[in-house]
Amino acid sequence: MVPSMGRRKDLRYRFSAFGESAVEWAIRLCGWSAILFVFAIFFFVFREGAPVLFGELDLTEFITSVNWRPDSTIRPQFGILALLAGTASVTALAMAVSVPAGFASAIFISEFCGPKAREALKIIIELLAAIPSVVWGFIGYMVLNPVIIWATGAPIGINILNGGIILALMSVPIIMSVGEDALKAVPDSYREAGLALGASRWQLTTRVLLPAARNGLLAAALLGVGRAVGETMAVLMATGHSVRIPHSVLDPVRTLTATIAAELGETVQGGTHYRVLFVIGSLLMIISLITNLTADLIVRGVKGRHGT
Amino acid sequence: MSASILWAVLAIGTSVVVSSTACSGGRSEPRSTDAASSEAVIRITGSDTMVNLVQAWAENYKQARPDISVQVTGGGSGIGIAGLSEGILDIAAASREMKVDEMNRAKAHNGTQPQEFTVALDALAVYVHKDNPLDLISIEELAEIYGEGGQIQTWSQLGITNPACKSDAIIRVGRQNSSGTYAYFREVILGDKREYKLGSIDQSGSKDVVALVSRTPCAIGYSGMAFAVIGVKALKVSKEKGGPMVAPTADAAISGSYPIARRLYLYTRGEPMGLTKAFLDWVLGIDGQQIVRKVGFVPVHVAGP
Amino acid sequence: MSAEAGRFAPGPIERRKRLVERAAYVCLLLTTAALILPLLGILAYVVVKAWPVLSWSFLVENPKNYMTAGGIWAPLVGTLDVVVLSLAIAAPIGVLAGVYLSEYARENWLTRLVNLAVVNLAGVPSIVHALFGVGVFVLMAGFGRSIAAASCTLAIMTLPVIITSTTEALAAVPFAFREACWNLGASRWQTIRTIVLPNAISGILTGVILQVSRAAGETAPILFTGALFYVAVTDSGVASFFPYGLRDPFMALSYHLFTISTQVTGASDALAYGTAVVLIALVLTVNLVSIVFRVRLRSRRKW
Repeated sequence: MVPSMGRRKDLRYRFSAFGESAVEWAIRLCGWSAILFVFAIFFFVFREGAPVLFGELDLTEFITSVNWRPDSTIRPQFGILALLAGTASVTALAMAVSVPAGFASAIFISEFCGPKAREALKIIIELLAAIPSVVWGFIGYMVLNPVIIWATGAPIGINILNGGIILALMSVPIIMSVGEDALKAVPDSYREAGLALGASRWQLTTRVLLPAARNGLLAAALLGVGRAVGETMAVLMATGHSVRIPHSVLDPVRTLTATIAAELGETVQGGTHYRVLFVIGSLLMIISLITNLTADLIVRGVKGRHGT
Repeated sequence: MSASILWAVLAIGTSVVVSSTACSGGRSEPRSTDAASSEAVIRITGSDTMVNLVQAWAENYKQARPDISVQVTGGGSGIGIAGLSEGILDIAAASREMKVDEMNRAKAHNGTQPQEFTVALDALAVYVHKDNPLDLISIEELAEIYGEGGQIQTWSQLGITNPACKSDAIIRVGRQNSSGTYAYFREVILGDKREYKLGSIDQSGSKDVVALVSRTPCAIGYSGMAFAVIGVKALKVSKEKGGPMVAPTADAAISGSYPIARRLYLYTRGEPMGLTKAFLDWVLGIDGQQIVRKVGFVPVHVAGP
Repeated sequence: MSAEAGRFAPGPIERRKRLVERAAYVCLLLTTAALILPLLGILAYVVVKAWPVLSWSFLVENPKNYMTAGGIWAPLVGTLDVVVLSLAIAAPIGVLAGVYLSEYARENWLTRLVNLAVVNLAGVPSIVHALFGVGVFVLMAGFGRSIAAASCTLAIMTLPVIITSTTEALAAVPFAFREACWNLGASRWQTIRTIVLPNAISGILTGVILQVSRAAGETAPILFTGALFYVAVTDSGVASFFPYGLRDPFMALSYHLFTISTQVTGASDALAYGTAVVLIALVLTVNLVSIVFRVRLRSRRKW
């Protein structure tokens, strides 16, 4: 072996070692970037809203008053009770429809249908999940609107019912797929044991699988709630945008998300209205974060319990 | 194999797109367009009532001056005025006047006093469903319908029976609070000291208001006269109950006899110069005003000086 | 013989079980059908209402005549440009972050924090992404309302799903592959570069492609960071593919659907439905491509 060859090899090793560690550091930084972004979002949104949160904003009025009049020339009022009621009512209706329906379909796909049908259904569900929210809002505004008027005789077709149905259709795919994952995560030994004791598929489902998959199903429902609460465009177009406490599902309402989307542009940067909208944004973020974190913890617990 | 081909295609495609968006256009800085440059931009944002008009101007101006690109955004007069105050726009379109504190804020930020140009006239019509027997209304009654603490909530209180409306309730349709129309209507109908009643259906665009009223027999709504469609009719409005009833027409808007007639404005950051001035001159000239008429508003120069 | 058969004939309990089972099957089938069929019906209705305007010229012409006629070229190309740019930003960061989580991270508190952050980032509502984008990219970084600001906002939005799908794709590669490489003396990055990543590429690409459709469909994040009501751009020649500079605001298909259904007077319903159909078709095509891709590459797997 010629000595120069050894030195060249040595240089090449050193160079590749350097390049290698540079790449590894780049990878580490990318990995930590997720933390950076989450903190940045939370920090920034909170910071823009903070001055008014600890200053002019009357917190009691904020939470308990229906009067949302941010642009009043007489006295600006920032009560979000009606907006909270709007978000809550639309989400509640959407969940009331989509959770049972989503679970039913998850059970069907997971336990009752044949493999070919299962593949086809899963693809259809995935495609339906891909439809953008502005298209859903468009469907609610143009298509569902006259249908609701015709079906219920309501004076106006963009209301909680419209928004709730649209949100339900948007949340069903996620509830279905997470629910199906939860059911699949139940070990086959449970099923085999049940079948050995002579249970029918339905008995198996209700008495063995649903209780066993209970946590995963709960997580699915929570993820659906998170999605519904954070949805903007569909509710902007389909719920009628009216500041009031609803008395029936046929009442139009306004949600927190739609308020931000509609009003942010007109605010002066740094003004009170601007900052209050950021406070609402922080509130939305906290709600979604809590639901998603809880769902994730539950799912993690499921995996641990079944030892998969 | 196919995967790596796909990677290659994606990588090449991406670099092509990135490099051309980075190099193409290369338009002026977001802050200055008054200096003449080879690819110039005028940014107009604001009134939703005017957005179709401004878009029509932009489309036609492209033929007059192909080297200039006019960027149009709606959102409401409030948005345009806020943007003007922050110096990120060249022209704000507004269907209401700028308030004193808004002017001061703009002056403080930009260094120059915003200039106001009346570019069209509009009559703000009060629309009801075409099957609604009501034909006329007074400003007082409108205040009682729309205002906080107002007593009128049903059609029978107005003295008519609305056959298509089963619940007899008056459904108020309005605009969102970024809208100049919203602010202008409030100023004329409710004055300084009164707020809107909560619970109206607040639409994002002038077109939505009319579309909703045309589908809702129980509804009443306000929008620019240019937005009328077949399913609605515009009420005649009188200043006081029993006073002269005036329909929202071009002539009534010009003569001022229609009580809810208003001017539509374009505001510039300071004295208009260069591109902005050329555009404004064009807008106030024959071509621009013809477009005003085509879109459905009232040209400002037909009235005379 | 008949006595033997009688012993296995279903008794009353067994018959009731089977009846309930049948009933349950039918109910569940109906529920699933009730979810899917009306949706397909609605989509068919939308296509039918859009039929008068759907044509090649609809895709390649600009909006004309005060946006009441013409096509959707300017919004379409705006969406394409901004989506490609946002994925050019998000994909490298996301894939490398996935590599970190799957190959480099140890089981400590830092890793748990990163995982938590990814889950949280995925759960941020789209309007909050818009608020963040306005504050940081439009105002603080000074991009103004532009393709640059909108792409960065969309990139942050699509990042978590790319990270998650990369992690899962890498985890699916059998550990034995890595061990074999290490036994031959390869370093960790060499292993990843030459064996692990190429084998996981199908899963990674699936995730990235899915985010293409998501970025194309989202409206809220681009609402304040760059989307425009109207701007006249060329619709002919090569320049028509990149009419927007990095610092220019742009028209986008999703926002265009919103404005044309709520703000443009005199536009026929068909125009709005047509825009919806194009957006749906774009999104569905991209998703179908990713599904087909996934299925084909899964069948070619070497393990």
